Amino acid sequence: MNLPIIIKFVIDLLAVLLLALGIKGLSKVKSARDANRLAAFAMSLSVVGLLSYYLGTSGIAIQSWIWIIIGSIIGSLFGAILAKKVPMTSMPETVALFNGCGGMSSLLVALGVAIFPISSGQENFDIFKSLINEVSISVSIFVGAITFTGSIVAMAKLQGWLSTPGWTQSKVRHFVNIVFAVASLIAFFDLINGNTSSIWLLVIISSLLGIGVTLPIGGADMPVVISLLNSYSGIAAAAAGFVVDSQLLIVAGAMVGAAGLILTQVMCKGMNRSLVSVLFGGSLSAQSTASSGSGEYTNITSCSVEECALTLEAANKVIIVPGYGLAVAQAQHTLREVTKKLEQNGIEVIYAIHPVAGRMPGHMNVLLAEADVPYEQLKEMDVVNPDFPATDVVLVLGANDVVNPQAKNDSSSPLYGMPVLDVQEARTVFVIKRGMSAGYSGIKNDLFDLPNTSMVFGDAKKVLNDLIGELKDLGVGEK
Amino acid sequence: MSFISLLWVLLLGSLLGLELIGKVPPTLHTPLMSGANAISGITMLAALTLIVKAEGNVPLLIIGSVSLGFALFNVVGGFFVTDRMLAMFSRKPSNKK
Repeated sequence: MNLPIIIKFVIDLLAVLLLALGIKGLSKVKSARDANRLAAFAMSLSVVGLLSYYLGTSGIAIQSWIWIIIGSIIGSLFGAILAKKVPMTSMPETVALFNGCGGMSSLLVALGVAIFPISSGQENFDIFKSLINEVSISVSIFVGAITFTGSIVAMAKLQGWLSTPGWTQSKVRHFVNIVFAVASLIAFFDLINGNTSSIWLLVIISSLLGIGVTLPIGGADMPVVISLLNSYSGIAAAAAGFVVDSQLLIVAGAMVGAAGLILTQVMCKGMNRSLVSVLFGGSLSAQSTASSGSGEYTNITSCSVEECALTLEAANKVIIVPGYGLAVAQAQHTLREVTKKLEQNGIEVIYAIHPVAGRMPGHMNVLLAEADVPYEQLKEMDVVNPDFPATDVVLVLGANDVVNPQAKNDSSSPLYGMPVLDVQEARTVFVIKRGMSAGYSGIKNDLFDLPNTSMVFGDAKKVLNDLIGELKDLGVGEK
Repeated sequence: MSFISLLWVLLLGSLLGLELIGKVPPTLHTPLMSGANAISGITMLAALTLIVKAEGNVPLLIIGSVSLGFALFNVVGGFFVTDRMLAMFSRKPSNKK
């Protein structure tokens, strides 16, 4: 009689172990792919464990099977299709969308249990037990709703469907969010007091809170927010575990929640931002342009694509610094063509990857890998920084704040202390940029004023295309 | 299972999560995030439980099924997309010149 319980126990234990190994493996380049598959296997194992447990004990009604199959087929199908089709450049919003749906799932489970209490037969309905039940349902709804709406807002902002409304940059938003938070607390206690109808109030208010908290956050801070929301969806899963009394859910949810929190912290460090300022400081550009008077550029040299091509042709060593602008212009493939030509001419080309280059930490590596850039040409900041003095040409493509020497030299700068690439040490620096607009931080970039820096104005993709033409005319890469 | 032991499970699970990710190279931040994200779709088990215990209650069956759909969208999509990203990294050494 106890066999199904023992089997489920063993399977759950194995699943937890494999999931833990999966997360661990995902944090190393070598083992990452296998680790991801291991985690996927562990997840399917846990489903088998749960279903076989019910088959061995209470049995599963035909009707239940039908709904299980409908739900799984539709969900998996859409998930698989989206995962296959989505372009690599829109990875951040895709992760946000998936994450939001995980939160929605926890929300629905809690809602279902709250409206139609499930009979598990063995429960003795003492007050303590039902209190725990109410609390875990409320937490699951609260966190689930915030995760869902927050992720959807994050996705919409990354897609460019939503911009940051002006009022969200003023103090008003703190007031609005505090009102939401207090209201959700009231709904929470009302619910515990036995007023079941306030569950809808809780759903609505927590959804609004999710929107209110995410909306003011600027585009480049989004990855941090998504990572945080990812951590929340783990917490929501753990709360759902309390609702349905499942240890596996609690462990897995807690693991993801904690790991997500650490990852968020690591990301913040790479961007030289504190989590608090990301969450409550609003968009960075809004504050700093106002406070730290940005100053005028005095010594800008601009040059044509032709000059740039001539200098590149004469170089021995070229370092490419790709940034957000390159990702937005989707110019990684064009860039690869340029570097191929240079390499064919015997010029050494490496890519300097700042920890937060791209739209998300690590995103640039994925994009360049997609464009067939050999992995060993991608160098991390600490490795490449000593190389700059021995470099002839640096091409800065759509990066700005991460190459600002102010971060090293000017202790009054808001950027001070942020790790940057020392591109100014190179003999010549070309900055390919659409205009003189400031970077994400809204701070003047001292690099542009330096005598060895030349600006090439234009869209990254267009400039690179022109560059290919010029290099061709010079006969580069044709021997 | 008693509430107290579930709390222990929560505590130990959190500690495990904190320990697992010590040093992550920035390269892996995006895949790690999306991989962990897929794991958070483990709520599919809760959705399954809901459906099995619904005992013919149709609204509950529907809620459970929709919840299961959302969770699996998260899980399947998350793992596939992570695999796609990681495939790009591991492909590199083979066509080294």
